[in-house]
Amino acid sequence: MNSGFLRRFRRNYGAVAGVFVLLLVGCGALAAPWLCSHDPWALVQLPFVPPGTHADLLLGSDALGRDVASGLLYGARVSVLIGLVATTMALLLGVGLGAVAGYYGGWVDTLLMRFTELFQAIPGFAFAIVLVAIFQPSVQSIVCAIALVSWPPVARLVRGEFLSLREREFVAAAQLSGLSSIRIIFTHILPNAVPPIVVMGSMMVASSILLESALSFLGLGDPELMSWGYMVGAARTALRQAWWVAVFPGLAIMLTVLSLNLVGEGLADGLNTRIDGRMR
Amino acid sequence: MSVPVLQVQGLSVCLPPGSERELAVDGVDLSLNAGETLCVVGESGSGKSMIANAVMGLLAKPKVAPVAGRILFEGKDLVALDEADMRALRGERIGMVFQEPMTSLNPLMRVGDQIGEVLDAHRSLPAAERNARIIAALRDVGLPDPELIAQAYPFRLSGGQRQRVMIACALVLEPTLLIADEPTTALDVTTQAQILALLGELQRRKGMALLFITHDFGVVAEIADRVAVMQWGRVVESGMAQEVLRAPKHPYTRALITAIPHGRPRRNDESTGVPLLVVRGLNKTYRSGGGFLRPGRQVHAARELSFTLARGEALGIVGESGSGKSTLGRLLTGLIARDSGQVLFDGHALAPELRRRPAAKRALVQMVFQDPYASLNPRHTVGAAIAAGPVAQGVPREEARELVVSLLRRVGLKPDAADRFPHEFSGGQRQRIAIARALAMRPQLLVADEPVSALDVSVQAQVLALFEQVRREFALSMVFITHDLRVAAQMCDRIAVMHRGEIIESGMAADVLQRPCQDYTKALIAAAPRFDLNQPQVPGQ
Amino acid sequence: MNKLGFLARRLQQGATMLLVIAVINFILIRMAPGDPAMVMAGEAGAGDEQFLQQLRERFDLDRPLPAQLGSYIGHLLRGDLGISYRQQAPVLDLILERLPATLLLTGSAFVLSLASGVAIGVWASSKVGTWKDSAVSFLATLFYATPLYWLALLAVLVFALWLPWFPPLGYQSVGMGYSGMAHVLDVAHHLVLPTLVLAMFYMAIYARMTRAAMLEVAGQDFVKTARAKGLTPGRVLRAHVLRNALMPVVTMAGLQAGAMVGGAVLIETVFAWPGIGRLLFEALAQRDYSLLLGTFLFTAALAVIFNIVTDLVYTLVDPRIEMP
Repeated sequence: MNSGFLRRFRRNYGAVAGVFVLLLVGCGALAAPWLCSHDPWALVQLPFVPPGTHADLLLGSDALGRDVASGLLYGARVSVLIGLVATTMALLLGVGLGAVAGYYGGWVDTLLMRFTELFQAIPGFAFAIVLVAIFQPSVQSIVCAIALVSWPPVARLVRGEFLSLREREFVAAAQLSGLSSIRIIFTHILPNAVPPIVVMGSMMVASSILLESALSFLGLGDPELMSWGYMVGAARTALRQAWWVAVFPGLAIMLTVLSLNLVGEGLADGLNTRIDGRMR
Repeated sequence: MSVPVLQVQGLSVCLPPGSERELAVDGVDLSLNAGETLCVVGESGSGKSMIANAVMGLLAKPKVAPVAGRILFEGKDLVALDEADMRALRGERIGMVFQEPMTSLNPLMRVGDQIGEVLDAHRSLPAAERNARIIAALRDVGLPDPELIAQAYPFRLSGGQRQRVMIACALVLEPTLLIADEPTTALDVTTQAQILALLGELQRRKGMALLFITHDFGVVAEIADRVAVMQWGRVVESGMAQEVLRAPKHPYTRALITAIPHGRPRRNDESTGVPLLVVRGLNKTYRSGGGFLRPGRQVHAARELSFTLARGEALGIVGESGSGKSTLGRLLTGLIARDSGQVLFDGHALAPELRRRPAAKRALVQMVFQDPYASLNPRHTVGAAIAAGPVAQGVPREEARELVVSLLRRVGLKPDAADRFPHEFSGGQRQRIAIARALAMRPQLLVADEPVSALDVSVQAQVLALFEQVRREFALSMVFITHDLRVAAQMCDRIAVMHRGEIIESGMAADVLQRPCQDYTKALIAAAPRFDLNQPQVPGQ
Repeated sequence: MNKLGFLARRLQQGATMLLVIAVINFILIRMAPGDPAMVMAGEAGAGDEQFLQQLRERFDLDRPLPAQLGSYIGHLLRGDLGISYRQQAPVLDLILERLPATLLLTGSAFVLSLASGVAIGVWASSKVGTWKDSAVSFLATLFYATPLYWLALLAVLVFALWLPWFPPLGYQSVGMGYSGMAHVLDVAHHLVLPTLVLAMFYMAIYARMTRAAMLEVAGQDFVKTARAKGLTPGRVLRAHVLRNALMPVVTMAGLQAGAMVGGAVLIETVFAWPGIGRLLFEALAQRDYSLLLGTFLFTAALAVIFNIVTDLVYTLVDPRIEMP
């Protein structure tokens, strides 16, 4: 099983490239304190130093004289942290709800699905803005807001998987063998439902990073954290003078999100499942 | 002697690199005259459908394409023809009908328009005449109220009706050749008989040639003038149908013919007469849809079902799709809860739902399912699948391991199969594994739900033989669910015929087959493609 | 299924959803730290005791919770979404004033992204296996990964600052006093960049969806039947493949229309486009919670309405749902 996965994954060049970029981002995030010579908030130089002109400032400085390169590295930490935590929360919530709805069916399913549909109907981004604004911007509120907005598609996917897997004959055979419901869910249904969940998880980290950066751009980021979105937002007023302050962080976001999406597609190929969760 | 309508000479079709063999079709010769029916028979993977697609030019070129030979249609070589000329022939001179009626019509287009577009593609007709021809085509294929059907969308029609529409599309321009690729395989026995009769009548009236692809020798016996038997891309035997059926020369043909269920009732009767299973007044209704103010749809899948099964006996439940036979199987095993009624096993009542039955009782009734590809978890090894039940009952792992090995031997597989995964096995082998899994629970009653329907003919006979053997060795009672009367007659002591949720007739197998009382039973028997050329036809005279 | 009955059921569901969203709104205000009146008054208004008292009376903030909820719902049904202290005007008035600009922007972007996305998707599906198809897929994935606000900034940088082809901000040229045709052209000139940027992201989604749907439908049995009838490839593509492939795309488009209003927040902020999105941003910057929540409720209502309209279109197009 595993060798087949690696073989299929390797064939997707985009996915392989994506893995490299993600490793780079991850290492940058972990090693930030050692790689950067300056704290990203420190005013180290004159404002608006163009990239490549100063030995110490690879990517130039921003409107307040802060080092853009340091900002990028520390920003990677924020993105990785928030992306992973928010996705984990959304997955826990979505998988839990979806599994219960899909396995038990009946009125439980109907009730939970109405609930999910409701959340899905609310415009996600606007809701996230409102949530973070009301509960004051901080890492906790941002992570919770993103999780609350992202879980419905997971729940629907998991419910769909459980509904179809429940009807499969090997589940009926397991019931005849006398296995309890819990054991059937964990040994038969979940392992077959995991591949599309993994693929979706990868895509969700991508959308979480996009969402977090958009929130930071609007000024709703945690005021103590230098995030990529914040950098782009801060660069808005001085766009004409210092294009690099806006371009580099945005580029970082784009490359990270792109890599995550490509890796997600590679996982879908490797695990032999489709992006929307249906079996090939 | 006129030029044959279709002549295939030395045709070879290649497959994409990396396929299990290089050539799907290897040096095939066929010949078909006007007014004649040629049946190409073979199992799955024989290449028979490829020939049909090659004639129509529907192969997935360039990966799958003819690499040698000629296909002469009225003297013209179709392989050498370019796409535009081929298009002119399709629908006008050569018509084709496919296997799956439920998915072969555009769901968003009205039936009449789907026939009309054939006319539009090849002719330019004034509106009135075009509509008249559409209605006439629908009437020709025996559809009632053709004006209404022409305005309807496909979802309103049954499988048999959709197949008739497909035939209407294929024949509206009166082609000289009709290719039918397993057109009745997905249909019920009675519907199949109607479609075959329709095709025969249309052929006689229009004098067209019919190339009929099938895997069922019974169909061959009914309609074929000539037959060609294919195996692994080659024609192993061909000739006049009557001769080939009466005296097959090639070992493969002989194997195929002997593998067909003969439908002769069993002679042995291992029944002890002691009642094991007593079913009284079983009811199950499925409700779907429905909302706040609207009633949903109701399907009475089981109506007041009552029967008795003696220890050691095999009862066959025979019915077409929608008769409720599968529901009955699941009600007996407890996978579905009954609405009302009683099930007594060895004198004790069985709870409606599997979950409510005490652990000891759950093993008593086990099931073998229809689809060998869906009944085994693809991520568990074969050994784990078989041992799952005993281990859940508390059997220690070592003992379970020995049980697995012994069961694998009994069903004809090597012990090393225990460490392999289901996808490494063929359909027939997987059914053997499924039987081993059911046996691991030491049941007293085995319910088999269409266990051989999804298998090739040659493999079917082997698995049925395995059921017989297992039944004797383990002293099992059986409920054998099938749509095929011949299989039921061969395997079972008694037969119960189901129709729309009710048991309309039951009795000893021989009696039901040779002296049926109910009209529906008689229709079922008459519709089954008959095959016994050396035997008196069933129902016997 | 009956079309009228289906529609009635959807409307009923929509109304329930709006009610629940209103309740969520209500809960959010109460859950925020601090006195509800001060929360609603926002940063500016919290200092004005008279205003706070006004709010308390108007929304019954001194009475028990159920009464407050009832009062809130009552106000909503009368169209009263609250008052913005900063802007000294009822929230609903502020929203309605800005609504046309947002509809113009999102409407244009929707039409553009759907039309071009579908066209590109159909084209790409016909070129499967070639570099052209791979290029399209890659570009779609790229645009899907690009932050909307960053793309907007880049567009401003390149097309408004470096190459002064388009105005960087606003809805119309200030102080020029255009009217009639000149005004229309002026607005259109300002509309180009924001619409293009907003459309790019969604174009990527529609292109990918359409391509996937076309490829999937092309492999289905009835397409083979169509070819066996001798129909031209063009006819097969149009009447059989495209018609069936567009169904899921239409559904997705309707759902995205609701989400597009959210994307408009970012675009309107960068381009200073005077729409509801900009209003939300202003409310945010000024910590004007009354305005913020009122705008949010309105946006959610718009999204629910778009969903219902999509369902309506779907029932009209899908023959499997019968006419009454």
